Amino acid sequence: MVKVLAWRVLTLLLTLLLISIAVFLILEVLPGDPAAIMLGTSAQPDTLAALRHQMGLDQPALLRYIGWISGMFVGDLGTSYTYGVPVGELIRERLAVSIPLMLLAMTLVLSIAVPLGVFAAARRGRAVDHAATLFAQLGIAVPNFWIGLLLILLFSLQLRWFPASGFRGWGAGVWSGLHALILPAVALAIPQAAILTRVTRSAVLDVLNEDFVRTARAKGVSRNRALWRHVVPNAMVPVVTIVGLQVPFLIAGGVLVENVFTLPGMGRLALQALAQRDLVVIKNVVMVFAGLVILANLIADAAYLMLDPRLRRRA
Amino acid sequence: MTAAPPPTSRSRPGPRLLEKIVPRVKTSKGKPSWPLIGRLLKGVSAMSGVVRVGRRLAIILAAWGAATLLAPAQAAAAKTKLVLGMSIEPPGLDPTIAAPVAIGQVVWQNVFQGLVRIDRDGKVQPQLAESWTVSPDGLTYTFKLRSGVKFQNGEVFESSVAKFALERANGKDSANPQKRFYSVITAIETPSPDTLVLKLTAPSGNLLFWLAWPAAVMVEPKSAADNKTTPVGTGPFKLKSWVKGDRVELTRDPNYWDKSRAVALEDVTFRFINDSQAQVAALLSGDVDAFSEFTAPELYGKFQSDQRFAAVIGNTELKVVAGMNNARKPFDDPRVRRALMMAVDRNLLIKGAWSGFGTPIGSHYTPNDPGYIDLTGVYPYDPKKAKALLAEAGYPDGFSFSFKMPQMGYATRTAEVLQAMFADVGVKMNIVPTEFPAKWVAEVLLAADYDMTIVAHAEPLDIEIYARDKYYFNYKNPAFVKANAEAERTTDPAARAKLYGDAQKILADDVPALYLFVLPKLGVWNAKLEGLWKNEPIPSNDVTEVRWTE
Repeated sequence: MVKVLAWRVLTLLLTLLLISIAVFLILEVLPGDPAAIMLGTSAQPDTLAALRHQMGLDQPALLRYIGWISGMFVGDLGTSYTYGVPVGELIRERLAVSIPLMLLAMTLVLSIAVPLGVFAAARRGRAVDHAATLFAQLGIAVPNFWIGLLLILLFSLQLRWFPASGFRGWGAGVWSGLHALILPAVALAIPQAAILTRVTRSAVLDVLNEDFVRTARAKGVSRNRALWRHVVPNAMVPVVTIVGLQVPFLIAGGVLVENVFTLPGMGRLALQALAQRDLVVIKNVVMVFAGLVILANLIADAAYLMLDPRLRRRA
Repeated sequence: MTAAPPPTSRSRPGPRLLEKIVPRVKTSKGKPSWPLIGRLLKGVSAMSGVVRVGRRLAIILAAWGAATLLAPAQAAAAKTKLVLGMSIEPPGLDPTIAAPVAIGQVVWQNVFQGLVRIDRDGKVQPQLAESWTVSPDGLTYTFKLRSGVKFQNGEVFESSVAKFALERANGKDSANPQKRFYSVITAIETPSPDTLVLKLTAPSGNLLFWLAWPAAVMVEPKSAADNKTTPVGTGPFKLKSWVKGDRVELTRDPNYWDKSRAVALEDVTFRFINDSQAQVAALLSGDVDAFSEFTAPELYGKFQSDQRFAAVIGNTELKVVAGMNNARKPFDDPRVRRALMMAVDRNLLIKGAWSGFGTPIGSHYTPNDPGYIDLTGVYPYDPKKAKALLAEAGYPDGFSFSFKMPQMGYATRTAEVLQAMFADVGVKMNIVPTEFPAKWVAEVLLAADYDMTIVAHAEPLDIEIYARDKYYFNYKNPAFVKANAEAERTTDPAARAKLYGDAQKILADDVPALYLFVLPKLGVWNAKLEGLWKNEPIPSNDVTEVRWTE
């Protein structure tokens, strides 16, 4: 067991290292000199040279790469070109918005999609099934930022229940922070819930046809119990897979929703850094995203082990 | 299978209990019927569940309604807080070391002040320098500094601090965006704490104007290095907090040195919202009180007809100019350039690209600037003449070229209109999207590798770019260089204005770039606010004179 764990951690670190090399190389090749961009139309050769020296851009690539990687081990991710603050601090501030948003959205997704999918599969062909399928179609078809705009129109402008944009920070109170995140979470959750409903429904339908379900019913297990105690746990594996994919997407891919609601999250940070060619921030943000994806996969794997005892024995 | 027993609701008493209370009475028809009271009781008890829930809901709604009714009453009591929206977040808060105008739009006049300042009409006014004299040869400026001025950290402002600030802006390693205007200062002397003497290498008619800019604000030695994140200036507001990506909060400094000036606001918050729909939502919901530069002209009409808002349109210094590479064929021929200028209907272009908001220009100068002449009539819209001129220059069937287009809204829309207008005279324009700032700065601005492009030049009085040796227009005209140098040398404002008029005429005639229009300042704010600037002679959000009128 320890051997498996150690092997897992090693592959994780190796993956991150390969990603860091790829990111670094891509940014080297990308056109756009950060110093020229920062100075804009008033760039002169002497101010350009001064700024490049200040930003450390005149050093050779290998030295910069090694400096970056060794800095990561001690937790020093460098200083942002545009903001002038440590990147670690920047990322921490943004994660403080993106992770709660993701958790809120994921809670909504799971509480909508799993019951809906299961009911739709159990009562296949009936009203619930049609409603669930319709919801799934609509939810996938409609873009999340458009849902966000509609929510703002109704809940912020008409009803004045929620703020139309912005995030005051957790320092202003936990409830005020959550208050600002509810509408964006709903906007993010609806398309993901639609996808997950479809996946859950088809997974449960597959398992419903299995022999052991018929055996259980024949032995006297009630419909409900058979559904929730026998069918659903066996149908959860594809659901866990999709959830494992959706979690990093909700953190990184929420940039459109973050834009509509003007939330200072990770998606917007990545976008702004890219436009400004803030190489330091881009590199580290990509590494954070990669780390999150790998972490989400690890947790999904652990969840498989929990769900399917057969995997435990084989390991 | 046995039939399931009928469901019993726990909330209402079952039929048996009711029978005990109100016994059934036999009617003449033989069926038991409930007397009226019984019927009512049955009705009420049947509804009891609903009534209970309904009562709870009513209480909640009433409480919420009371809360919303109370809230505005609370807010109306103390209106000294302003929330101003901006579309771009400044990357730092020190305007003396970085170029983005968004920095000055947050801190200039609010946190930092300079020797002189520019007022809302574009005129230079004294600020930390009470008065000044210029020597007859224009090489010595003597400033009399104000006394009793303190920085927000308690340090005193005097000539040595002013010397430090100007030398820092001029320094070898300085990344000050307007350094080239201050580099004419060779020596700074401080004969006494309230006298500052600047010695110049050559006369500079615009020096005072550039000293009024955010790039020349006064900073003091102890705090200057940290101004990017914790700005310390002499202004009435100091930084309270900066939630990066969301807002900057300023609060009034109780120790502000200028007791004669009453600043009405206590708290100012700058919110950064770049999506135009989100800006509209923020204004309508009251989250934001004002946008001095609203970015979407097509959504502006909504505010013009809404009584709750004041929609004030003013001028900016943003000249939308389609630059041409004068070193490349066919743009090296002035006839081709003039023909292209005559192919453009400026008024239609403004209507199509910017919903009709904007002022057409004929040269690289705005109506805001001193000595402006309206030169849009030099090459007015005349496609027939344009085609004739192209034929004369050797292009009877037109020609094709590539257009490097940045992604800003005004650029993409103007490009599409220009493409159609040029097609009318037989010229084919191929649009090449070029990401701004990364690719555009590298390819167009620095390497001049382009045929035609478009960008809004934001700096006022930047007509001197056509006199520069190396600039992306590749325009070489000794007559213009001479005219511009003469204008820059002249210290008398009236003479200078006339000389700049001559310079404008040269450009309007030679057309090194297509002069299209000046972007408007679309201001929209709560109708109860007063004191916000109508025009933008300098990119700024000076809130020191803003107040609520109720």
